[in-house]
Amino acid sequence: MKHSVSVTVNGVRRKHEVEARLLLVHYLRETLGLTGTNVGCDTSQCGSCTVLLDGKAVKSCTMLAVQADGSEITTIEGLAADGKLHPLQSAFWEKHGLQCGFCTPGMILTACHLLAKNPKPSDAEIRHGLEGNFCRCTGYQNIVAAVKEAATRM
Amino acid sequence: MATRIFGSGIKRREDPRLITGQAKYTDDFVLPGMAHLAVVRSPYAHAKIKGIRTKKAAAMEGVLGVFTGKDMKEAGFGPIPCAWVVPGSDTKTPPYRPLAIDVVRFAGNAVAVVVAVDRYGARDAAEAVEVDYEPLPAVSNAEEATRKGQPQLHAEAPNNICFKWNVKGGDVEAAFRSADVVVKERILNQRLIPNAIEPRAALAQYSAATNEVTLWVTSQNPHIVRFLLSLDTGIPEQKIRVIAPEVGGGFGSKIPHYPEDAMAIFASKMCGCPVKWTETRSENYRGTIHGRDHIQDVEMAATKDGKILALRAKVWANLGAYLSTASTGIPTILHGLMLSGAYDIKNIHEDVYGVFTNTTPTDAYRGAGRPEATFMVERLVDLVAKKLKMDPADIRKKNFIPPFTEGHTVATGITYDSGNYAGTLDKAVTILDYPGLRRQQAERRRKGECVGIGFSTYAEICGLGPSQVAGAVGFGGGLWESAIVRFHPSGKVNVMVGISPHGQGEETTFAQIVASELGVSVEDVEVVHGDTERTPMGWGSYGSRSTPVGSGALMGAIAKIREKAKIVTAHLLEAATEDIDYEDGKFFVKGSPSKFKTIQDVALMANVAWNLPKGLEPGLEASAFFDPPNFVYPFGAHIAVVRVDPETGEIRLERYVAVDDCGRVINPMIVEGQIHGGIVQGIGQALFEGAAYDENAQLLTGSMMDYAIPRARSFPRFELGMTETPTSANPLGVKGIGETGTIASTPAVYNAVMDALAPLGVEQVHMPLTPERVWRAIQQARR
Repeated sequence: MKHSVSVTVNGVRRKHEVEARLLLVHYLRETLGLTGTNVGCDTSQCGSCTVLLDGKAVKSCTMLAVQADGSEITTIEGLAADGKLHPLQSAFWEKHGLQCGFCTPGMILTACHLLAKNPKPSDAEIRHGLEGNFCRCTGYQNIVAAVKEAATRM
Repeated sequence: MATRIFGSGIKRREDPRLITGQAKYTDDFVLPGMAHLAVVRSPYAHAKIKGIRTKKAAAMEGVLGVFTGKDMKEAGFGPIPCAWVVPGSDTKTPPYRPLAIDVVRFAGNAVAVVVAVDRYGARDAAEAVEVDYEPLPAVSNAEEATRKGQPQLHAEAPNNICFKWNVKGGDVEAAFRSADVVVKERILNQRLIPNAIEPRAALAQYSAATNEVTLWVTSQNPHIVRFLLSLDTGIPEQKIRVIAPEVGGGFGSKIPHYPEDAMAIFASKMCGCPVKWTETRSENYRGTIHGRDHIQDVEMAATKDGKILALRAKVWANLGAYLSTASTGIPTILHGLMLSGAYDIKNIHEDVYGVFTNTTPTDAYRGAGRPEATFMVERLVDLVAKKLKMDPADIRKKNFIPPFTEGHTVATGITYDSGNYAGTLDKAVTILDYPGLRRQQAERRRKGECVGIGFSTYAEICGLGPSQVAGAVGFGGGLWESAIVRFHPSGKVNVMVGISPHGQGEETTFAQIVASELGVSVEDVEVVHGDTERTPMGWGSYGSRSTPVGSGALMGAIAKIREKAKIVTAHLLEAATEDIDYEDGKFFVKGSPSKFKTIQDVALMANVAWNLPKGLEPGLEASAFFDPPNFVYPFGAHIAVVRVDPETGEIRLERYVAVDDCGRVINPMIVEGQIHGGIVQGIGQALFEGAAYDENAQLLTGSMMDYAIPRARSFPRFELGMTETPTSANPLGVKGIGETGTIASTPAVYNAVMDALAPLGVEQVHMPLTPERVWRAIQQARR
């Protein structure tokens, strides 16, 4: 049996009939073709699949598409506005906050929510706030620097 | 111009696509008519396959096919080749079938594949495949596996011994006889699970009409994968195209040619449509290679004033159930030859047993063999210092190989390129204010705090390496690199390289090299990699070789471009070629720099070819191959400061200083990023990570919930320093920096924790140093 899902993704209203078990991340990646959101694990640990759902960072592998019905979602593809990078995107670039880039979309969207809650976080608060996101390349130091830099520009 | 671009930390060219979600990793590709593959894996670590019933699965909606090992064999698909057989080691190479036929040898060993029209349907059908197993006893510990009466994995390897290898230099027996002090330790260099954040994936598109196949795959070395696929798929090499698109980290785990690469091609051939397999993380824990896993009995002999005389070791290296692509080279060549580290140790003897066990195959994991050597030496040096009541910095200085620039041959027979080990240690000690820190430590100890300072002064081998050596040590390929530099009429440049970076930033550093050497802007250079059809043959990105070896090839091509540009300029300026000079992007007649042609002028003329010297080929393009004369040997000094809570066993890393030397630095921002990441991975081994198997060889740490990957909050801000000792092993004098952090940081942090625990009487705790283990050791020592 299929279920109807209506969501607004990156400002565009979308409506689909989906299987009840379809994960939100697969809805975004495979139904909508928004492959910027990545899947890094199957136990909700790595945070690669993080998107903003009604402004909050959620792990889209841990949510069914049907549970997102009626919500507003922002993925990494929808973060830059008017052809300009979001301050977090440009800070990650400038501070070398990424290497392979696979965890980056989730990292940036988690940081987005973090800065919305705490606009001037300390290093320790940033490190704590990124608790649910793994990066295996950067050793986190430049990610922390990037988030701190973005905070000064937002 | 040259100095401004080379050596500057410019932003990476790779990043715009990565920070906007536009990058395409393997799983992001969707082809028309594409089906999905799911793998049926053995839940048992060791069992006979009595039968496989596929009917129920095959009848499910959307299922295109269900196939077993027999089907794959009948279709002409052979075992996965082992690409490294070390000479003189009597290595047994039992077949590694992509799908097991009669016996499964580790939990996760693939037995069947299901192809269905969608991802979820394939997974459902895989669960409907019924396999009858007859469980057999299993063994996961390498030393145990060699004893009598243990389960036997392969008939051709009695007592599960795959190989026995040794390295000898000097007279170890005599040195031990004459020693004043001897220290001994059993080191368990535990098994690690690489955990690149992007799981593996393979998408195959096979054409029956042409017998051609394209494979998109998460690989660090697409050319090697193509070569090996030509051996096991029966498809000739020129008809195989392997593409490594964006790759989300590898750390060695994406070097091997994996069974799933062949399965995807096989499935595409059988079903007549493109087929994609994407690993789940749970599959990754069992099906992707693991690293390390050594049991080491080691001892060191020294004089009473702290001069190291000899090192002796016996090692059981766990290879897992089958030989992965490069597995046998890791605990031998990349490990045993580096036992001297940064020290002048005249007598060395190591015996290594490579052992089959009922575990996931092991292979290269960041550092690959050198961490297992470095930990051994760095730990033993500290034990000698402790026994002699010497300062760990002093004993290191006493035993360092003195500074050298023209090569230094160590007891294991290899010749280091250049080094100044005391230089990095001095710098690190200064950054840390070591004497002051020791005073603080003494004060804090008086107040009852457990504070420790730990050293690691490493030298490592990378930049793999001369092909002649590769052949001599049994590696089944070459280790040179290639590059093509192609100038377009507009003066813009494409560079095609055989290396295959996946996060290391060579699209930027290589553009920096071209820009500095030929006078174009960085933005005008596009570096192409990771596609066997668009790039020249090369051996890929691992062993910290992309920049030292790859840039050698690039510099060769650049030199040829300059030569041709001089010929064209001479013709246009009506001068003799030998009178043309080059500086900062301009070709001019010696002594009259105001009359010049830019490289862009030359590119246009060479491409339109309206006015070229007689007999000169049109175009401005050069191809070069570079086989380095030696490996490169980066080095450095890392110092960790930790505090241990004796009541909970919890460890807090307070400071971490790293001074590394990777020769000349092209982009300091990228170099520092590599060091940061490496440090965290190495500390992961010291403090958090470790694969655990139960008595049935079942993996207990089979997900990110059970295996502790380092998180942001566990680390202080690292304090980095740099020295520059160029190498003569490549034109730019650069050494690799991808693995040094991992190699250095494990013993630095381990030694720091042991220093912190020393007043409590704790002498050894096996890694990872979890709070529970540390707490137990403290309780034990108090008794």
